[in-house]
Amino acid sequence: MSKFLKSTALVAAFSLVSGPAFAEKLGLGRAALPEEIAAWNGDISPDGTGLPVGAGDAIDGEEIFAQQCAACHGDFAEGIDNWPKLAGGADTLDREDPLKTVGSYWPYLSTAFDYIKRSMPYGNAGTLTDDETYAIVAYILYSNDLIEDDFVLSNETFFDVEMPNAGGFIVDDRAETEYAQWSGEPCMANCKDSEVKITMRAMVLDVTPEEEGAEPAATEAVAEEVAEAETAVEVAAVDPELIKAGENVFKKCKACHQIGDGAKNRSGPILTGVVGSAAGTVDGFKYSKPLMAMAEDGLVWDDDALRAFLAKPKDFMKGTKMSFAGLKKDEDLDAITAYLASFPK
Amino acid sequence: MSGNETGNSPSRRAFLRGAAAAGAGALTASAANAATPDPLITEIQPWAQSFGDGVDETPYGLPIRFEDDVVRRNVEWLTADTVSSINFTPIHALDGTITPQGCAFERHHSGAIELRKEDYRLMINGLVDTPLVFTYADLERFPRENHVYFCECAANTGMEWAGAQLNGAQFTHGMIHNMEYTGVPLRTLLEEAGLNTAGDLKGKWVFVEGADASSNGRSIPMEKALDDVLVAFKANGEALRKEHGYPARLVVPGWEGNMWVKWIRRIEVMDGPVESREETSKYTDTLEDGTSRKWTWAMDAKSVVTSPSPQSPITHGKGPLVISGLAWSGRGAITRVDVSKDGGMTWETARLAKPGEKMALTRFYLDMDWDGSEMLLQSRAMDDTGYVQPTKAQLREVRGLNSIYHNNCIQTWLVRSNGEAENVEVS
Repeated sequence: MSKFLKSTALVAAFSLVSGPAFAEKLGLGRAALPEEIAAWNGDISPDGTGLPVGAGDAIDGEEIFAQQCAACHGDFAEGIDNWPKLAGGADTLDREDPLKTVGSYWPYLSTAFDYIKRSMPYGNAGTLTDDETYAIVAYILYSNDLIEDDFVLSNETFFDVEMPNAGGFIVDDRAETEYAQWSGEPCMANCKDSEVKITMRAMVLDVTPEEEGAEPAATEAVAEEVAEAETAVEVAAVDPELIKAGENVFKKCKACHQIGDGAKNRSGPILTGVVGSAAGTVDGFKYSKPLMAMAEDGLVWDDDALRAFLAKPKDFMKGTKMSFAGLKKDEDLDAITAYLASFPK
Repeated sequence: MSGNETGNSPSRRAFLRGAAAAGAGALTASAANAATPDPLITEIQPWAQSFGDGVDETPYGLPIRFEDDVVRRNVEWLTADTVSSINFTPIHALDGTITPQGCAFERHHSGAIELRKEDYRLMINGLVDTPLVFTYADLERFPRENHVYFCECAANTGMEWAGAQLNGAQFTHGMIHNMEYTGVPLRTLLEEAGLNTAGDLKGKWVFVEGADASSNGRSIPMEKALDDVLVAFKANGEALRKEHGYPARLVVPGWEGNMWVKWIRRIEVMDGPVESREETSKYTDTLEDGTSRKWTWAMDAKSVVTSPSPQSPITHGKGPLVISGLAWSGRGAITRVDVSKDGGMTWETARLAKPGEKMALTRFYLDMDWDGSEMLLQSRAMDDTGYVQPTKAQLREVRGLNSIYHNNCIQTWLVRSNGEAENVEVS
């Protein structure tokens, strides 16, 4: 704060604060009730103000993380695709392309609790209990080698954790380091020592988006194929044990997908009746371009297609919006397809 | 990656489209001596003979279909998901300074939510005399103000730190819009709740958060909160668009766009900053030695030539040419813009369409007679603090190569003799 106050422009603004008496009140609004304040006033400060009573460790956290967070952040908090990496990057901040994670970059642990409790899981914000939040934070710390797996993170042990980059920040110093040297009458002629040369061109990189959408792929009627696929699915035998196992696997999907009575579209579409249905047909869900392209080519979610997609989503559908690493075990694939099939339209 | 420079690039297509749109008639009309009479003049055209649309054809009008390429665009590889992403204002195709809401860039952290005025609540709590809840209707009963301000994302031009990357002013500089806001000063709302409890206001902060799932919480020093911050509910005369925070958003003049919390639902007076995710892990600037600057809120003076530019090439050949661009400063008003045609060796002062206004976009023009020779076009803004927009080399000298945010470097467009333009970096 001290450096901030040195700035003359802002000191001038500050005089407004200590100026004459405040304006008359208009008597608008109403008093906020304690329950209302409690419901919204969830922010946690670096000194721990606002931290709720609670506790959790990395072992509990690993399980919750796998269900609630891993779809985007990876099983080991390593991050999938463009989703944020939460672990790693120690000692990279002064190198080219530093890896900024909770462990390598975040100066305060309170920030992790504050953010996760209020704004995560993505698509299902504000649903974690205090204990679950402590456990997830503990797992992220553990993934960054900052605590042992038996360390119980709580409001009481919170400040036993040292954040490696706690001292890594300085307050805006542009007034001293930049403004002084970049002010005044600029050069108007002969401003460079040698001839101006082009040193880099965007055209070479070629990462600019195309302005017009791709030409729509030729679409042909695929009704016959769809019908065929639907009948094929009917034959599948139902094994209650397998469906139960599938319910467990489905926890990995729950952050984004709902299924069964009352299911709604979330970051992923409703999955009720998905088995045997034509791809891209859930009402009101905005599918990715790659999915719609495959749908137009006649993709039907029969057993084979679902298994191939869920095993390696990115391979099956290049550019899919579904941020899920995939199911490695055949038994999980058996179970999830059985579970999905147990919710017909 | 393509080795073919004139391959399937947007500039090439835009160039061809532009040339085609200009059409034979237009070219004939502009020639000094027409060889044959122009049928657009000599023959009765359909639009001059019968009727156009009646009133009410479009109760709320959209731009005419010939302008349907003037739209926001996304760079898909930048982010994992469109609900936590950004798109870009088509600044290459706009003129003047006011950005129409319908093509003003969007930045969401968990999607643009639909929040009815009836369901809107704004809470003021923390170190205030009486914690209050306002409805939307309450907001409209406070004395209100009108101000034009730019809103620039701290990441605007961020992809250009390491080198010329995106080929178009929309993509390099389009995380910005400029609107006339109608709203209530935050100071008025804080005073309604009473600030006596806060005691000495020096060193106090407000924490602001939105009603969407991300909440996008940010801390703002009390000095700024009481100075010029607005809780705005109208932009360019009409209600805010859903994607810009309907029914009410925060306006934090001159400061990075992330602080302009949309769907603003809570303002808490506090002893210190929360150091939220958005003000520690994001929107901070890592320097070469690995230390990072925080609280770099003010957006420094910056400018860009919007036309000609890669998406807006010269299609008319030699002769009169209007070079046009935008300049702005988060620390005051633009006082001067210089333009260079030779990559920064020599400069001439451009004409400001209107005197610069504080923390608002300023339009500049340089009217010239183009002889068809290649140009390395640059613009350089100055504001009323005396600050001069730096080159990329100057910025890198102080900050190194690892910064992402707050890149206000001078931009270079290579304009070829055929009128096409390309994003380049120069020595």
